[in-house]
Amino acid sequence: MPLNIVVCIKQVPDARTVRFDAEKGTIIREGVDAVINPVDLNALEAGLSLKDALGGEVTAISMGPPQAVEALRETIAMGVDKGVLLSDRSFAGSDTLATTYILAKGIEMLGRFDVVICGKQSMDGDTAQVGPGLAVRLGLPSVAYVKEITVLNDGGLFRFRRETDSGYDVVEVEPPFLVTVPPLLNTPRLPSLKGKMRAKKADITIYNANDIKADLKKIGFEGSPTRVVSTAVHAFNARKEMLSGTVEEQVRALIGRLKEAGLL
Amino acid sequence: MSDNAGKEQGLQAGTPVPWRGIWVAAERTGERAADVTLELLAKARVLGDKLGAPLAAVLIGYHVDGLAGELIGHGADQVLVVDHPELASFTEEAYGGVLAGLALKYRPEIILAGATLMGRAYIPRAATILETGLTADCMDLDIDPKDRVLLQTRPAWGGNLFATIVCPLRRPQMATVRPHVFKKVLPDPARQGEIVSISPEAEWLEHRLRVVESVKDDAGDECRLYGAKVIVVAGRGVEHEKDMALVKELAGLLGGAVGGTRPIVDQGWLPERLQIGQSGVTVSPRLYIGLGVSGAVQHVAGIKDSEIIVAVNKDPDAPIFDLSTYGLVGNVGLILPELIRQIRLEKTGRVV
Ligand SMILES: Cc1cc2nc3c(=O)[nH]c(=O)nc-3n(C[C@H](O)[C@H](O)[C@H](O)COP(=O)(O)OP(=O)(O)OC[C@H]3O[C@@H](n4cnc5c(N)ncnc54)[C@H](O)[C@@H]3O)c2cc1C
Ligand SMILES: Nc1ncnc2c1ncn2[C@@H]1O[C@H](COP(=O)(O)O)[C@@H](O)[C@H]1O
Repeated sequence: MPLNIVVCIKQVPDARTVRFDAEKGTIIREGVDAVINPVDLNALEAGLSLKDALGGEVTAISMGPPQAVEALRETIAMGVDKGVLLSDRSFAGSDTLATTYILAKGIEMLGRFDVVICGKQSMDGDTAQVGPGLAVRLGLPSVAYVKEITVLNDGGLFRFRRETDSGYDVVEVEPPFLVTVPPLLNTPRLPSLKGKMRAKKADITIYNANDIKADLKKIGFEGSPTRVVSTAVHAFNARKEMLSGTVEEQVRALIGRLKEAGLL
Repeated sequence: MSDNAGKEQGLQAGTPVPWRGIWVAAERTGERAADVTLELLAKARVLGDKLGAPLAAVLIGYHVDGLAGELIGHGADQVLVVDHPELASFTEEAYGGVLAGLALKYRPEIILAGATLMGRAYIPRAATILETGLTADCMDLDIDPKDRVLLQTRPAWGGNLFATIVCPLRRPQMATVRPHVFKKVLPDPARQGEIVSISPEAEWLEHRLRVVESVKDDAGDECRLYGAKVIVVAGRGVEHEKDMALVKELAGLLGGAVGGTRPIVDQGWLPERLQIGQSGVTVSPRLYIGLGVSGAVQHVAGIKDSEIIVAVNKDPDAPIFDLSTYGLVGNVGLILPELIRQIRLEKTGRVV
């Protein structure tokens, strides 16, 4: 059964190039590369392999600034059929509640969807809230931290193994549904040469607030109940002490320190 | 159920029924309350006293009422119990629906939950139904008494930044909190509290997920990285697979859990869920011991909130030493057995 699959991807600053300004308590944006949020590549791979198995179409959707078009082009190079960017000045300042509203409005523009896949969490937002929240907005069941995906009844039913705090659950659900996936689910495919060619020419659909008929009270700063009142760079307090001597002496010194700390 | 706008205006104008009181959404491990729930009750008690507000624990499940006494002993004035067969297994939909339904009915001003896998899976659903703010993964909480606002501090960027977040205009204010950041108090068995049994509305319970099987596979404390007080981490400097038994032995002696760096997981010496770092678990134990861990940024992102970091590495210039509290330069193959020997001696007074 061919499925309409939607994968939510976010463009984030590349963790390897991010530096921090201790005085202002912010990250330094200059010289930072933008990449697809790493775990969203696993979400894309999950979507693409479902399409390989069952047929259908994969759409990648993102809310972000205009340059996020590049991230969507990359997904097309990987094999995604269609890229959609939700971009509008009025989206700026959206917290997770406003983000889920905007993404849901955008996804509803696509017509039918059977499977929505999100990464477990983003590098910058780092909340793991967008997936489950988006499911509520779309009226879907959600399954978080899916570690194994089994297709049953030709795509009429899905079985997942999802991680729990004490082990794992095996759960079943019929489409439509939303899942969030962790980093080690799969190995994301690399862009193919053909894909790269296609990506260059591909039209990325861009919707603004008006296109998705967003209620202006529910987006951006106004639609976001949370406010950041302050940020600070975490002063990492390494009381660095190198223990010296033979193996036996070093270990003895360590044990003394751990006893002092009440850990032994 | 999702139109919060009117209520929000009501809040500002002073509605007849204001949002009052603090809730802790309780979680279980087996037949007991989870540690993080007890830690949250202890903290919420302090916050509640600042607000002059009562503290309730919310207990969702099936045949769970046995826990109510424990929750009261740990500080709850009230336990709201929703006990129903449909809640026997955890589904994001029903648990989120019940919590949101309860909140709309009883109007707490604050809801706290553990930032466990379960909490992070269903609390965002409840917050979205309530159209209110939710702050993930907090490491500190306080009250600004002026506006009864909850100050929520959380790490960002792998612990490199800390942000303080508020939700000034909507209620409830919601946060998930990491295990182990607050201390639980000793239970007071004489404490009195009220147990309120609530029958859920059918709409709250609706869910489409079928839980076929629920498997516990944490052999003891080993897998409970999230809540662990001590974590011993194997890095590539643990050269032989047989030495993993020693790593586990050391963790066991210290009452702790075992974790690994990505190469250790990649070579199948530990299951994936024990990978610590950017693409694994973030931990905040009191004691982290890294054995043959180089200190790559992706790993360090997951350990920065540890209180004491001990590193064992044969390379004195390994980056891990820059952030360790105590460094031991040497071969894991020699230091690990010696650690076990001396700790054992320490504990039993003899070498076995
Ligand atoms: C996108 C991305 C995400 C990643 N996510 C993670 C993650 O979540 N977690 C993670 O851990 N990694 C992650 N990595 C991998 C990370 O970059 C490092 O490769 C990894 O953390 C290194 O693990 P290690 O310290 O065990 O191994 P190595 O870097 O190989 O270090 C081994 C250390 O052991 C020392 N050593 C060797 N032999 C001995 C001995 N006999 N005695 C004492 N010391 C010895 C060496 O001096 C060296 O310092 C990620 C990488 C990428 C690109
Ligand atoms: N702006 C966005 N656009 C598209 N998807 C997003 C956006 N923000 C978050 N997501 C998705 O939600 C997941 C969790 O993000 P977060 O809640 O920010 O940790 C990510 O891995 C993405 O799949």
